[in-house]
Amino acid sequence: MTADLQPLVSVTDLSVAFPSEGGVVRAVDGLSFELAPGGALAIVGESGSGKSTAAYALLGLHRGTGAEVTGSVRVAGHDVSAADDAELRRVRGGAAAMVFQDPLSSLDPYQAIGDQIAEVHRVHRPGASRRDARARAVEVLGRVGIPDAARRARSRPHEFSGGMRQRALIAMALACEPRLLVADEPTTALDVTVQAQILDLLRELRAETGMGLILVTHDLGVAAGSVDDLLVMKDGRAVERGPVRTVLDAPDETYTRDLLAAVPRVNVRRTVLRKPTGVGSSGGPSGGPSDNTALLEATGLRREFGRGKRAVTAVDGVSLTVRAGETVGVVGESGSGKTTLGRMLVRLLEPTGGELRYRGRDIGTLRERELRAFRSELQMVFQDPVSSLNPRRSIGESIADPLRAAGKLGDAEIVARVRELLERVGLDPGAYHRYPHEFSGGQRQRVGIARALAPEPRLIVCDEPVSALDVTTQAQVVRLLGELQRDLGLALVFIAHDLAVVRQVSDRLVVMRGGRIVEEGPADSVYEQPRDPYTQGLLAAVPLLEPAGAAA
Amino acid sequence: MTTYFLRRALGAVAVVLVLSAVVYVTFYVAPGDPARLACGPRCNPEQIRQVREQLALDDPLLVQYWHFLQGVFTGQDYSAGTAVLHCDAPCFGLSYQNNQQVTDMLVERLPATASLAVGAMVVWLAVGIGTGLLSALRRGGATERVLTWLTLAGTATPVFISGLVLLMVFCAYLEWLPFPSYVPLTEDPEQWAWNMLLPWVALGLLESAKYARLTRSSTLETLAEDHIRTFRAYGVPERSLVARHALRGALAPVIALTAADFGSIFGGAVLTEMMFGLPGIGQLLVRSTQTIDLPVVVAVVVITGAAVVIANIVADVLYAVADRRVALR
Repeated sequence: MTADLQPLVSVTDLSVAFPSEGGVVRAVDGLSFELAPGGALAIVGESGSGKSTAAYALLGLHRGTGAEVTGSVRVAGHDVSAADDAELRRVRGGAAAMVFQDPLSSLDPYQAIGDQIAEVHRVHRPGASRRDARARAVEVLGRVGIPDAARRARSRPHEFSGGMRQRALIAMALACEPRLLVADEPTTALDVTVQAQILDLLRELRAETGMGLILVTHDLGVAAGSVDDLLVMKDGRAVERGPVRTVLDAPDETYTRDLLAAVPRVNVRRTVLRKPTGVGSSGGPSGGPSDNTALLEATGLRREFGRGKRAVTAVDGVSLTVRAGETVGVVGESGSGKTTLGRMLVRLLEPTGGELRYRGRDIGTLRERELRAFRSELQMVFQDPVSSLNPRRSIGESIADPLRAAGKLGDAEIVARVRELLERVGLDPGAYHRYPHEFSGGQRQRVGIARALAPEPRLIVCDEPVSALDVTTQAQVVRLLGELQRDLGLALVFIAHDLAVVRQVSDRLVVMRGGRIVEEGPADSVYEQPRDPYTQGLLAAVPLLEPAGAAA
Repeated sequence: MTTYFLRRALGAVAVVLVLSAVVYVTFYVAPGDPARLACGPRCNPEQIRQVREQLALDDPLLVQYWHFLQGVFTGQDYSAGTAVLHCDAPCFGLSYQNNQQVTDMLVERLPATASLAVGAMVVWLAVGIGTGLLSALRRGGATERVLTWLTLAGTATPVFISGLVLLMVFCAYLEWLPFPSYVPLTEDPEQWAWNMLLPWVALGLLESAKYARLTRSSTLETLAEDHIRTFRAYGVPERSLVARHALRGALAPVIALTAADFGSIFGGAVLTEMMFGLPGIGQLLVRSTQTIDLPVVVAVVVITGAAVVIANIVADVLYAVADRRVALR
C-alpha cells in the first residue's frame, strides 16, 4: 500500500484569517505539520492560540464562513483545500471524523442517538440499507462501551449522561471507519473520572483500528498521556514541536517553559504566601492561620429543589466550619452540590434545613431585610467573568455597586475607593470608565474580585473562579487571591472541580459527592493519604504531566 | 397524560369564565341604554321601561351574571309574550335586538369564520415558512433582500387595501373568480373553495409576512447551533441539514404563534369578513357591540377565548411531540 508511505495529514503553510471590523484577524499564521498514519499528535495552546481553528481546517470547516484559508491541507490522500463540495463531504466523516467539546449541544436533541449515527453512516455508505445502518450504529455504540446498546440507541441525547454522550459522539466518528480522528477538547466538559475513561477509550480504539489522532486541548496533562507528539501553538504559530516527553521534560522555548510552570500540579504541595515577617515558608495546617475562631459554621445544612415527588436534594446534611483567614477548598464532580453549598454559605440561597451561623449568629433563616447587615461581610466571586458583569455598565460602576448599596460613603469617596481596589487587583485605576468587553477573561475575573472586595468582606466564596481561564492567567489569579488573603486576613471558600488548582490554594479540603461530604481534612493529608475510596479514585483520575502518572 | 389534559381543560374553563365576567362588568358600567336601542327610536319611556323589565336589565350585576351562567350550564326558559321559549344548554341567552337565540346565531355564523381561519392558516404557514426558509438559506443574497422587502410590504398593507386590490384584479378586471359570496361547504364544496379563495389569500398573505420573518430568524439561529456543525462535519449535505435537523427546532416558535393567531381569528377577522361579505362571527361582533347586545357580545368573547385556549393546548401537545424533552405535566 503506497498510500501508507505518505503522511496521513500534511499541512503546509496554513493560514486562516477572519476579516473583522478592526482589520483581518490571523487566527492561524503559517502553520505546518505532518502526522504519520496511525500517529497521534496533540495541538496544545491557550485560548486564542488558533489550535481549534487549525483543527477545523483539516475538515475544510471554514468553507462558507467568510474565513480566508491559504496554504495546503492534505488528509488521507485528499487535497482538502482544493476539493469540491462533493469530495469534501466524502472527507468529512469518511476519511477524517471530528469529535467536539460539548457532547450535549453537539448532538441533535430531537432525534434518537442511533438514528443520528445511522444517518452519518448512510451518507458515506450510500448502498447501506436503513436496517444495515441501524445495526452499524448499535455495533459502534457497543464498541465505545454503551451498555445495552441496542436499546440505548433509541434514547435521545438528554437521556444520556455527559460521559455517555461523548462516547456516542466517538461512536459516530467510528461509524464510517475513518483513518483520522480529530478531537477538539473532547474531555474539557467532563468530570475528571469520566475524562480518564474517555481518554482510555481513545487509546484503545487507536490501538485496535490503527487510526491517527489529532487531539486539540488546553490541558497539557491530557495531552501527556494520550499522544506521541506535541505541537505547542501561540498566536497562530507553532512555538515548539517534538516527541511529547522531550517537549514536556526539556522544552526548548521559553513560552513552553512558562506554560509548564503555570500548570497546577496535584502532586505538589502548595507554596504558602506569608507576610515578610512571618515564619513558616511552606507546609500544612501547622503553618496555617493563627486566628482559630470559627467565622462561619454550617451544621447539617440541607437544600432541596422542587417539591413532592420531583424534589431533588442538592445538599444533604453538610457540616462545615470556616475560620477567619483560612482557605477551605471544596472539590467534587458535577452534581455533587458544591455550588449549591457555596451559594447557601453567603445566603444567596436559603437552606431548606440545618443551621448556618456567622460569628455566632444564626443567619440561615434570616429574611432579606435582616440579612442586609451581613451582606457586605459575605461576598462571592463567580465562575463566568463574562456573564457575571453587566455588559452595559462600566467596570467602575459595577465595583461601586456594593459600596453604594451599603450607603456609607459619599460619591467622591466611592470613586476613590474603586480606583484603589482596581489597583489592588492589578488593574489600571484609570480603567474606571471602561466596559467589560474591553478586558480579557483574566482581567474580568480581577474586576469580579475587586467587586467582591469592595465592601470589605471577611469571607469570600469563590465558585470556580479560574476554571474559565487559561493556565497562565489561572496562576496569576490564584496568586492574587493568595496575596489578598495574606494582606487582608480574608477567609476563602474555594469551590472547583480541578483538584490541582484547589491544592494550590487550600489549607483544608472538603470532598463532596451526591450532596454530602465524603472526606474532610488538612489539604496535604487528604491529597497524600486519601482515606475515602471516592477521593482515591478522583485523585487517581487526574492526568499527570510526569511520565509515571502518564504511563499508569 | 390524562391528568395533564384534565388540568389544561380546567384551566381553559377558568380563563373563559374570567373573560365572560370581565365583559359583563364592562358592559354594566359602560354608558348607553340597551333597552332604548333594542326598542327603537320611536319608543316612549313607558315602552322602554317594559323592554328593560323584559330583558331583566334592572337586576343587579351579580344576578344577571348568575342567570347567564345558569343558561350556559343548564339551559333556560324565556317568556315571549304568552308562549314560553325554551333554550337548551349551552344557552347564551336571547339577543336583545330580535329575541333570537344567541346559540343559534353563533352556530349559523361559525362555519364561515372557521372556513376562513383554517384556509388562511394553511396559506400563511405555506407562504410564511416557505419564504422564511428560502431567505434563511439564501442569506446575504439578492433573493433575501427582495423577500425581506416583500414581507415588509405585506405586513404594512392593511387587508382592506390588499383585499380591494385582489377583488379588483381577479374579479373585476381579469374575471377569473366570481365576486365572493359565501357558499357553505356542506352545500357545494367546489363553490365553497372558489368563493373562499380570495379571503384566504388576503388574510393569509397579511399574516404570512410575520411568519416569514419568524421562520427566517429561528432557522438561522438553529443553523448556528453546535449539533448542526456536527452533521456538517460529517459530510451531511446542506439540504438534509435543514430538512432533518434544523427545521424541527426552528418551527417551535412558529407553532406557538400559529396557535395564538388561529384562535384570535374567531372573532377578530372583522375586516376580512366585512371586505368579502362573509357572514362570520366578526361581523356579528361589530353589530352587537354597536347595539350593546350583551348576550351576543359575551357569547362571541367566550367562543374566541375558547378557541385561543384550545389552540394553545394543541400547540403544547405538538411541541411535546416534536421535542421529546418536553414533558406534559
